[in-house]
Amino acid sequence: MQAGQTKESRPDATMRSVRSSVASLEVDFRLLGMVAALAVIWLIFNVLSEGLFLTPRNLWNLSVQSSAVAVMTTGMVLIIVSRNIDLSIGSVLGFTAMVMGLLQREWIPDGLGLGLNQPYTWIIVVLVGLLLGAMIGGLQGFFVAFGGVPSFVVTLGGLLIWRGAAFLLASGRTIAPLDSTFQLLGGGPKGSLGETLSWVVGGIAIIAIGVGLVAGRRRRQRYGFPLRPIWADAILGVIGSLLVVVAVSVVNSYPWPPVLAEAYAIEHGITIPPGGLIIPTGIAIPVLIAIGIAVVMTWLATRRRFGRYVYSIGGNPEAAVLAGVNTRWTIMRTFIAMGVLAAVAAVITTARLNAATSQLGVGVELQVIAAAVIGGTSFSGGVGTIAGGVLGAVVMQSLASGMVLIGVDPAVQDMVAGAVLIAAVGFDSWLRRRRP
Amino acid sequence: MTAQNLSASGTAPTAPPLVEMRNISVSFGGVHAVDNVTVDLRAGEVVGLVGGNGAGKSTLIRALSGAHPADEGEIWIDGQKVSISSPHDARKYGIETIYQTLALADNVDAAANLFLGREIMTRLGSLNDAAMESATREVMGRLNPKFQNFKVPVKSLSGGQRQSVAIARAVHFNARILIMDEPTAALGPAETEQVRDLVSQLKAQGIGIFLISHDIHDVFDLADRISVMLQGELVGTVDKDKVTKDEVLAMIIIGKLPEEVSETEMAKLIK
Repeated sequence: MQAGQTKESRPDATMRSVRSSVASLEVDFRLLGMVAALAVIWLIFNVLSEGLFLTPRNLWNLSVQSSAVAVMTTGMVLIIVSRNIDLSIGSVLGFTAMVMGLLQREWIPDGLGLGLNQPYTWIIVVLVGLLLGAMIGGLQGFFVAFGGVPSFVVTLGGLLIWRGAAFLLASGRTIAPLDSTFQLLGGGPKGSLGETLSWVVGGIAIIAIGVGLVAGRRRRQRYGFPLRPIWADAILGVIGSLLVVVAVSVVNSYPWPPVLAEAYAIEHGITIPPGGLIIPTGIAIPVLIAIGIAVVMTWLATRRRFGRYVYSIGGNPEAAVLAGVNTRWTIMRTFIAMGVLAAVAAVITTARLNAATSQLGVGVELQVIAAAVIGGTSFSGGVGTIAGGVLGAVVMQSLASGMVLIGVDPAVQDMVAGAVLIAAVGFDSWLRRRRP
Repeated sequence: MTAQNLSASGTAPTAPPLVEMRNISVSFGGVHAVDNVTVDLRAGEVVGLVGGNGAGKSTLIRALSGAHPADEGEIWIDGQKVSISSPHDARKYGIETIYQTLALADNVDAAANLFLGREIMTRLGSLNDAAMESATREVMGRLNPKFQNFKVPVKSLSGGQRQSVAIARAVHFNARILIMDEPTAALGPAETEQVRDLVSQLKAQGIGIFLISHDIHDVFDLADRISVMLQGELVGTVDKDKVTKDEVLAMIIIGKLPEEVSETEMAKLIK
């Protein structure tokens, strides 16, 4: 009897102490669950592809392929949180891409007679693209917020309008090749940071994690709030830093393809050592852009009035109005942000493809919405995180590239992606019902 | 006219009332939801606003809170004519409202709700969450010392806790005029008692309170004067001490002042 009792009570007590330890880390359980799900997906694909999935080459590609959808998902999360939807982003991507393509290929070189591949071209192109995205988003947002037209309708109209406009601009032509500097924004071995700069970025990230943890502690101390145990902060810092180190090591251990490396060697007069010239690729520029945008959007969502209002509107629109929140302007701003982010995605996509076509971004809105939803954004409003959305984008892309890697029929790939979407949301709402 | 005579002024007849709403009318597409209604409120006084469903109580009060400005009529505060066309205007005059529907953003925490629309910012223009949490802890400590759930979305709080968050908002921003629209409608008995205590507490601090309710017992316990509305019109305002519950009931249902009600009508009503 006695022995049985201790045997039974011990696991229970251990469970409780484990749970309270995890609780004092104050991490987002939903996010942690998604990281775990992502790890499982990666491991499964790695086994099925006989070790091809978890290679530096595949992971580097995965990071680049996820970046455009991840960028747009950060905006879509805020749109959905405030109980709206934006179906137009694929077409806005296509239209802004076409304008940027024509600008660098025809309007600046021929129209203004300045010639191709000027050092300043890419800056003008990007600025015009972002401004155009903001204006399109602002226009649609205006109809939603001030015109009282449901966002589903406005952006469904936008989906048709901007796609048509993209075709009309160049009569369906493909605009290529693009400006040589602009191309770097799409990644590729040359559009990456290389070994040293990647470590510098990693170092900055680790310092930022440390500073963030210390500043948070100081702030709570100043107001006399209960503090997280110091070991919990230490563990978070160490885990965060380790993840950064691992990520940078992985992208740095992906070398330039031999053909490119040889060309580079000849160009710079380097003798190729036996066994080939190894040039580490490092973090791709679009990935850096996506990370930067995720950080800025998280800051907007959690540290700024704008974000607070977006979430309050999602939680209870009437309460927000009664509290004196300018809900219309807030909603309009979410659409402006979405337009800018669609233009950023257009930059990444065209630069990566080295071409602008009127069909660019067809159907991408559904990928982005799926990524946001898999990342825990709720259609009933008020719930969702930027980090979750970015993870959702990586999950979607992992499924897509993993299935390509193991040779799944493209038709089946879509079916699996759809099933995963439903399963993820179903699981999420089941969890929510159990633990409100 | 008789309504005015009945509302005997309690204290300091020379000082202007805290709030006067004069000849307020609000229509929705030709329907007079509020028709030429005049009510007033003094500091440290609770005025109960009663009437059946659709009597126009909430509409009248939404004109004061800025949620839906009046079409006609004037609002005077401290003897000054003011214009209230948004919730923001109302707050400028120290008017805070606690709504029937518990107007809280469910998905954010108590501090975010308390400061919604009036956030404390850092010098760099970001949200100062620590300062807001600290102020929330301070005011909740006064109102509801048992309250400890500062980090959870208000969705997971009980009705009483949610109501105390709403009341904390009024207290923190030093409301002078408090509008409570059915403050106990969503609450259990113990929580109702808690809100009643709070009302007495606030009243003692000199805050003027408009209490909207269809529960006549609530109103009799808390109010000093009672204004009765029927079909958008003011039936009259009476001193609580000078009327019975049945007489107020007669005002609510048949729209007649106590002295106008015949004995047969009263008998029918009580039966």
